[in-house]
Amino acid sequence: MSTATHRRFLLGVLLAPALLWLLGLVILPHVELLVLSLQARVGPGEYAASLDQYRTFMGEPLYWNTFVRTAVMSVLATVITLLLAFPAAWYIAKVAKGRARLVLLVLCLLPFWVSEMVRTLGWLILLRETGVVSGLLQAVGLADQPVELLYHDATILVGLVYASLLFMVIPLVNSLESLDDSLIEAAYDLGGSTANIVRRIVIPHAAPGIAAGCIVVFMLCLGNYLTPTLLGGKNSLWFTEQIYTQFITRFNWNQGAAFGFLLLFLSSLLVWAGLKLTGQRFGAVMKAS
Amino acid sequence: MAVPTPAAGGSATHDLDIQAVRKRYGAFAAVDDLSFSVRRGSFFSILGPSGCGKTTLLRMVAGFIAPDAGDIVIKGASMRGVAPNRRPVNMVFQHLALFPMMSVGENIAYGLERRGIKGAAAKAKVTDMLQRVGLPGSEGKRIDQLSGGQKQRVAIARSLVLEPALLLLDEPLGALDLKLREHMKVELKQLQAEVGTTFVYITHDQSEALVMSDQVAVMNHGRFEQLGTPQQLYYQPQTAFVAGFVGNNNRFEGTIEARNGEQVLLRTASGMGLWSQRVGTLDVGQSATVFIRPEAIEIGRSPRELPEGAPAWSAGVQSVLFDGGNSTVQVLEDRSQTPLHIALPLTGRLADLQHGETVHFAYQPAQAWCFPA
Repeated sequence: MSTATHRRFLLGVLLAPALLWLLGLVILPHVELLVLSLQARVGPGEYAASLDQYRTFMGEPLYWNTFVRTAVMSVLATVITLLLAFPAAWYIAKVAKGRARLVLLVLCLLPFWVSEMVRTLGWLILLRETGVVSGLLQAVGLADQPVELLYHDATILVGLVYASLLFMVIPLVNSLESLDDSLIEAAYDLGGSTANIVRRIVIPHAAPGIAAGCIVVFMLCLGNYLTPTLLGGKNSLWFTEQIYTQFITRFNWNQGAAFGFLLLFLSSLLVWAGLKLTGQRFGAVMKAS
Repeated sequence: MAVPTPAAGGSATHDLDIQAVRKRYGAFAAVDDLSFSVRRGSFFSILGPSGCGKTTLLRMVAGFIAPDAGDIVIKGASMRGVAPNRRPVNMVFQHLALFPMMSVGENIAYGLERRGIKGAAAKAKVTDMLQRVGLPGSEGKRIDQLSGGQKQRVAIARSLVLEPALLLLDEPLGALDLKLREHMKVELKQLQAEVGTTFVYITHDQSEALVMSDQVAVMNHGRFEQLGTPQQLYYQPQTAFVAGFVGNNNRFEGTIEARNGEQVLLRTASGMGLWSQRVGTLDVGQSATVFIRPEAIEIGRSPRELPEGAPAWSAGVQSVLFDGGNSTVQVLEDRSQTPLHIALPLTGRLADLQHGETVHFAYQPAQAWCFPA
């Protein structure tokens, strides 16, 4: 065996687990789902190629509304996460020094040492009618009867933002760290106001990091199942619930597969639109994340 | 934009007045009760080793650091409490700090925009400024398309286009290679003469300061050791630090053995006796340091080549350090074995000196300086 082929063989061996994972767990199931979504049951155990599944989605307003609502709420959660994470990331990257920096980063990471399920149940303890917050409000006299804080849209947003913050903070810290302080001083020296410097210098510099964080957070929100279900209850109307219902409750895999593909299409479309709108290149964004 | 208006009367010929400015970091005095003025339209350099406080001083003038005490007056107006973006000064940063997210034209127009100058007026100013720094038509270029020297010019153009009362320069030539640095020195000086803006330049490189400046202040431990023209610093250093920092020097320590008017005789520990001009009130018995520049020493193969009347010594050549016009020879004085650096004549007369040869040297005591140790 020549050195070149030997090298290629070694590379193949090293890459094999990743390639197998990609093929077995990503590509094959998706191909299978695509095929399923393009079939309809015509008789017991009999399936024929058809666009019925997608037609059902178009024809049923509940599906439509859930679909749009999930997208809008996810975008909203992403924007709120960005607004909350930016000052925190700025503080960690530019103000905090040495140990304080490390402690702050660990603090961001700390909630993730607990499973998502437990974290979300924690919210339930805080927000339910007989929960901590409701009791506190009554104790200080701001409410005269138990307050139900669960099962609102705002509660879902709180849960989504909480679960997403870390994924926004990390790419933002990375991209803000590489911003040379003297650029800010130079802009200030040339007459720039704080707002103008943030708009003209800081945000353009951090743009790849912002885009990377937004993409990750948006995907996480759109595909989240646990948080909307637990915090939103029956009112949550999250699209992932529809998929779950089709697969598990209705045992209609064809419809579920079609919904899955619609969600994939939706997230790809919105990410693409976001990148186009902000003039970011996908390559630069991936480097930042 | 509210640019402070000069107070009536004021110091009409000074663009910058530093009045008893002090800045401490804990027990360390970065700038220690410093007062000086910079004449309008002059090129003023502050020369000092790293850590001498020159950067702190410059950043106080720019407004990034507030002094603990004292006042900074620019064009007759006190800058106390005035933010950097409201001061009539602009700074060229050490690493230039050009905005990589903007084109060359946008970089230069940034400050104009912040003053409300937009559209055609701003465009005309940018075009004119680029012309002046020798980069006509580069508005659309990206910053990473520029060479080191071009970036330098854009950084200066970006500040000068705002027509500041003072342009502060923080070692902007430090990152350039030697050839380009030599070239930029000349360019900067010419540019300053053309635009007539007062430049305040800080550097640790004595050659930059000497070549470009009208006035140089040598700074050490937060104070000015000496303030004067480059010639004064070179020919009449007032402190041992200046003599050692500006230009090259041979340094001898010893005790004063005799005095004749303003000239004193220093005896080194190795026994060499050196006459020199005293600085201050040195007298017999005190310990002192004598500085003699390598280029102030005459050298020849025979004593006849040396000027009459000055004391002469003979020495053995240790090594020849050939460096074109800055070539020196290292010798050991025969009787005391004292090492000295002597500049080689530029005519190339002694270019063939070899290790072990005997040479003769002499100097004028009026060109050597003696400082209290």
